[in-house]
Amino acid sequence: MSVSRFWRKIPQRYNLVGTKCTTCGRHFFPPRSLCPDCRRSGNIVDHQFTGEGSIVTYTVIRSASDQFEHTTPYALAVVELDEGPRLTTQVACPIEDIAIGMRVKSVFRRIAADGESGTIHYGTKFVPVE
Amino acid sequence: MRDVAVIGVGCTEFGEHWGISFRDLFVKAGALALEDAGVTGEKIDALYVGNMSAGRFVEQEHIGALIADYAGLATNNTPSTRVEAACASGGLAFRQAVTSVASGMEDIVVAAGVEKMTDVGTGASVDMLASAADREWEGFAGATFPGLYAMIANDYMHRYPLTREQLAQVAVKNHENGAKNPIAQFRNRITVETVLNSSLVADPLRLFDCSPITDGAAAVVVVPLERAREFTDSPVRVLASAQASDTISLHDRRDISTLDATVAAGKRAFAQAGLTHKDIDMVEVHDCFTIAEICAIEDLGFCKKGEAGRLTADGATALGGEIPVNTSGGLKACGHPVGATGIKQIYEIVSQLRGEAAGRQVDAEIGMAHNVGGTGATVVVHILGA
Ligand SMILES: [Zn+2]
Repeated sequence: MSVSRFWRKIPQRYNLVGTKCTTCGRHFFPPRSLCPDCRRSGNIVDHQFTGEGSIVTYTVIRSASDQFEHTTPYALAVVELDEGPRLTTQVACPIEDIAIGMRVKSVFRRIAADGESGTIHYGTKFVPVE
Repeated sequence: MRDVAVIGVGCTEFGEHWGISFRDLFVKAGALALEDAGVTGEKIDALYVGNMSAGRFVEQEHIGALIADYAGLATNNTPSTRVEAACASGGLAFRQAVTSVASGMEDIVVAAGVEKMTDVGTGASVDMLASAADREWEGFAGATFPGLYAMIANDYMHRYPLTREQLAQVAVKNHENGAKNPIAQFRNRITVETVLNSSLVADPLRLFDCSPITDGAAAVVVVPLERAREFTDSPVRVLASAQASDTISLHDRRDISTLDATVAAGKRAFAQAGLTHKDIDMVEVHDCFTIAEICAIEDLGFCKKGEAGRLTADGATALGGEIPVNTSGGLKACGHPVGATGIKQIYEIVSQLRGEAAGRQVDAEIGMAHNVGGTGATVVVHILGA
């Protein structure tokens, strides 16, 4: 991923900042600039998520693209944030521990590297809540 | 709107074609289709070519023009358009051709699909296929394409009675059909143990749950039904052409294990044709992974949610079963050159309806094709009748 393409989404990726529609109250993460329910009558503002949620479904990736190959096997999940929206994320935990319904919270971690000497991408991962 | 018919079909062998270039794959399929239709090149009004990612697989864009040129149609200045919807590119190219003929804009139209995937390494192709999902918010997190379908499988198995063995039966059945298909990439029979002993790709999916990386091309010729008899004694009618969209990301779906776009496109197709699932004699579904075939059978309405595993294990979807699914071997055994798959499905249905499917022939007068882009963000469904 290009540097500008990555930096454009830094606040969202690092801090779990999404958006919210003040017309209907629906929250969005990943952020949306148009509410699919209200469309042009919606009003979108930034929203800081608490970062807590539950695992809806998961997998363990054993074979990845070149960018992620050095980190296999890793746990990947769809997490439903307590505010409602769902996102795709890695879960940093022993792969045999991951389960549907598990409570998790967001942390700031290294996500991927673009090659040996390339850019290291950081972003949000999730960890089990103790 | 005019009724539309398929008058000719052609398909290359699917597999690893180290010796054949992207353009020559297309030329081969196109020539077979024109020969079958009894049409010469200068009669063609337009081409629609399904292709997912030539820009990344062979570093070539502007596919429409390239194809027209090497098919010998540049001298006629024949219009040629590339159509892209990830793995549904082929089905969508067919729909564009049907729409054009139905509208009266064009008369003799070629719909084709082509993909050359084996010129890049596995890591690179995993990354390219992931671009069918959301690059920013799925791919960036480390989601692979098998990984997304694996999350569908885990959600499904958490909620419905599907065993790991039943899931494997999908691949076993599709290899059984592929073994009887001369264009199939894999013509070997496998057992449930073959699937369960293969390596894990993304839990719970193993290597034999996944469709392969494939080179291949397919082409079909469509005309107004009223002109079909000028060319052939056995035209195949297009009874329905439907398409639907859903969220690009799996995580934004209403229900992880139901492809709402499949449900919508299926309902629209049945309504157009004035038919129900009981009228369908065979169906080619988009089994990019074994779990995808399970979901497709249910989401198209052939059985209730949670029943497709048992249906498969009971043989209802095998050749000679109640509703034969993927007589071609499906994406799993016939192979999955992404842009060509949707056209190969039409090729298979036409072969079956014309009684030319030899060892895998089923008794069929009406067939359905179901082609999916991404994890269900685009779905194209066609119904054809003899
Ligand atoms: Zn709203």
